[in-house]
Amino acid sequence: MTRRKPIATGSDWNFDILESYEQELARLADEYRLDTYPNQIEIITTEQMMDAYASVGMPVGYHHWSFGKQFLAVEQAYRRGQMGLAYELVINSDPCIAYLMEENTLMMQVLVMAHACYGHNSFFKGNYLFRTWTDASSIVDYLVFARKYVAECEERHGVTAVEQLLDACHALQNYGVDRYKRPSPISAEEEVRRQAEREEYLQAQVNTLWRTIPGPRSSDALLGSLDSEEDPLGLHEGGRYPPEPQENLLYFIEKNAPLLAPWQREIVRIVRKLAQYFYPQRQTQVMNEGWASFWHYTLMNRLYDEGLVDEGLMLEFLQSHTAVVSQPGFDSPFYSGINPYALGFAMFSDIKRMCESPTDEDREWFPDTAGGDWLEVVQFAMRNFKDESFIQQFLSPKVMRDLKLFSIVDDDQEEMLEVAAIHDERGYRRIREALAAQYALSLREPNIQVYEADIRGNRSLTLHHVQDRRRPLGRSVYPVIRHLHQLWGFPVRLESIAQDGSVTRRYQWPLPDEEVKE
Amino acid sequence: MTYFIDRRPNAKNKSAVNRQRFLDRYRTHIKRSVEEAVNRRSITDMERGEKVSIPTRDISEPVFQHGTGGRRTIVSPGNKEFIEGDRLRRPGGGGGGGGAGEGSASNQGEGMDEFAFSLSREEFLDFVFDGLELPHLERKALKDLDEVKPVRAGVTRDGVPSRINIVRSMREAYARRIAMRAPIRRALREAQEALDEEESKDPVLRNPSRIAELKAEIERLEKRLEAVPYIDTYDLRYNNLINQPQPSSKAVMFCVMDVSGSMTQAHKDIAKRFFLLLYLFLERNYEKVELVFVRHHTAAKEVDEEEFFYSRETGGTIVSSALSLVDEIITRRYSPSQWNLYVAQASDGDNWDDDSVNCRELLMKKLMPRLQYFTYVEITPHAHQALWEEYETVADEYSDRFAMRQIVEAGDIYPVFRELFKRRAAH
Repeated sequence: MTRRKPIATGSDWNFDILESYEQELARLADEYRLDTYPNQIEIITTEQMMDAYASVGMPVGYHHWSFGKQFLAVEQAYRRGQMGLAYELVINSDPCIAYLMEENTLMMQVLVMAHACYGHNSFFKGNYLFRTWTDASSIVDYLVFARKYVAECEERHGVTAVEQLLDACHALQNYGVDRYKRPSPISAEEEVRRQAEREEYLQAQVNTLWRTIPGPRSSDALLGSLDSEEDPLGLHEGGRYPPEPQENLLYFIEKNAPLLAPWQREIVRIVRKLAQYFYPQRQTQVMNEGWASFWHYTLMNRLYDEGLVDEGLMLEFLQSHTAVVSQPGFDSPFYSGINPYALGFAMFSDIKRMCESPTDEDREWFPDTAGGDWLEVVQFAMRNFKDESFIQQFLSPKVMRDLKLFSIVDDDQEEMLEVAAIHDERGYRRIREALAAQYALSLREPNIQVYEADIRGNRSLTLHHVQDRRRPLGRSVYPVIRHLHQLWGFPVRLESIAQDGSVTRRYQWPLPDEEVKE
Repeated sequence: MTYFIDRRPNAKNKSAVNRQRFLDRYRTHIKRSVEEAVNRRSITDMERGEKVSIPTRDISEPVFQHGTGGRRTIVSPGNKEFIEGDRLRRPGGGGGGGGAGEGSASNQGEGMDEFAFSLSREEFLDFVFDGLELPHLERKALKDLDEVKPVRAGVTRDGVPSRINIVRSMREAYARRIAMRAPIRRALREAQEALDEEESKDPVLRNPSRIAELKAEIERLEKRLEAVPYIDTYDLRYNNLINQPQPSSKAVMFCVMDVSGSMTQAHKDIAKRFFLLLYLFLERNYEKVELVFVRHHTAAKEVDEEEFFYSRETGGTIVSSALSLVDEIITRRYSPSQWNLYVAQASDGDNWDDDSVNCRELLMKKLMPRLQYFTYVEITPHAHQALWEEYETVADEYSDRFAMRQIVEAGDIYPVFRELFKRRAAH
């Protein structure tokens, strides 16, 4: 390979230099068949970066105090030097928006371009979750619509009313996503057009649901019926509503809460839509960061091999890269959980290693992968997995040994913690399973669903919390069901159900002394 | 395809609204912190921001979470000595010690019991002086020429090009064109008719010289018609602005401080801090407030700011000397018809016995009828003396416009200040 002259040396940069590097990166990325959205690279100042951070990665957002809190926290941490700002900030949109901070050195700018504009960008475009759940092309339009709509509501109904509604929605936003079925994609322009229509229509729907005239009596009534003596007309027959438990609490609220005004339903919908947009990101942290780190590492090395960057820049890069993908041990003062960059990078690098120089162990564990075309395999992995399944599928004994993973069982019925598995022959599979479970969103968050809305009785709402291995809900449960009560407008109950189906704990809001039923 | 966009020139305060929302929401918390800060700080140290902490539980955004308990498996990196089946004691405190993943919730919890952030200097002072005002401020005399506001006043014939009223100018031009062209057109029409008549005659009867004459006439008139200018300088109309005098709310604050021997260093310090707070408040909230500093022992003297706060001088006490000096200054320089007059006095209440009566007389007869507001702070831990008692009678008479408070220690300054200047219901 002929070594060319470095495009630039030193740490200063200008737009011409960035563009040259960007072109080189694009050329190399193309060689590796990285399929990306067009890039929109924005150069911003520190303050702007803090703004961007505070709006949780949305380029435009509606106003809410919690973003102000976020901003103050970021600012404070940055001023104190606790946090290096902005390794990268990239937005899943088409074109893909990435931010470069003006204070960064040339090395950082090139690194961030490789990491965000080719790593994350291709992940956004390729991964099945993002392909299924997000509309990269319309998200910015939708955000603009949301911001305008919320601002209009604030003018019409007052800032406080909107703020309280948003507080309540934010408390439930993790439960505002469809996990299994894909909502029909609606473009943002249509969104605005349909909004007014929806407003009227929705309200009519809700009214129909809550109408007091009994419907035709169904012959095979399910549950919840009273004795025929007490209910001779059979008004309480006709089964539970909803007939199936609903996992999407905000969706259920939007469509069924009896008292919400149309604009309130629309805001619930906005929060729900945004939660859905961020849902894939929450499920692919390790993969996303690992993929991006793997590519910045590969691309930077290629730039160096071709002589386009000099040794100084490369050393600076290696130092930065090493810091990012380091994994302190559990007993280190710097330990704060497993570093997704470290785990993801180690796994993707290991896939490449297995393909290029497989060992006997690899052939035994990954007969399909070992010795294959590494580019094919990593692309396949990127496209078709989320954290949980990716770990399940690709975490190799070598990575477990390198990270010295071990698993501990913490059982409140036992006096001591027990080391369940370590990185040895007997432990590999168990560790892999436990680690995958650790990234399963369904296990990370309590499983809570709408069980019943008593539409024929006192309109109370009952939720079921299905306990996972006897784990109870945290103390935040009361404030959250208070918020839920604000949205629903009638008493809200929450029951924790153990594995055997028995109710272990009941929560309700308003607190029992005000509300007497049963 | 890649675009580079330089966003640096864009506004940077995208989060300003959200930040303000946050501050509004936690107003009471922040106010408490600010109050503590004001009492803690030396008053010269007022002009900077402040770090504020709010308990995390008050500002948390709750979501459903797993609590502690049940059975869970935690995978962590960095095993050095454990082998399968080892049993370990639970690390004390929250069970998050060996935890990863789920444990991170409690890890974050550590050391984050307070949500800390910084207020800027502006925000800090906003909170310090929030809800305070000068009582009874009135609109005095209209004659202060400084305060004028340009207002529209029709159109004029002359002005600067930037104020041209295009519609009016074009309308003028159009009218002038009609007016100037009308007689020419009439003459033209007549000439044309004459020509037509002449030409319709039998060829034998035609007068060729008459025709030539008429044609020349028509040509001349058409030229004149064309020569009427489309727009002319005297068509131009300009928007007229005139300066309208505005009623002004001018105010003057007399700061009267006792520097007599009975005022200990601590007393003086408290008095100074009170006045500094007052000074900051006025400087910040009112553009047109003048300050007059008067210090007194046995004799009163008008001094400048620097000398008022920092000079050392001492002697006996005759409070009335200061009051009569204030009265004199008002008569000489600040006519009550134009100025809102305020007096803030600080003293330890130690006065020559027979002078206190004089003070009351002075206040009742001369000062109070002219003043908007008189505040008196007495800095003493001891029982009140004659001056306080005399002032009480004044306070009874002018309960609305005369306020007095006692300050015992530095911590009282800010609360007393707030009480004296808190915003009242519309009067």
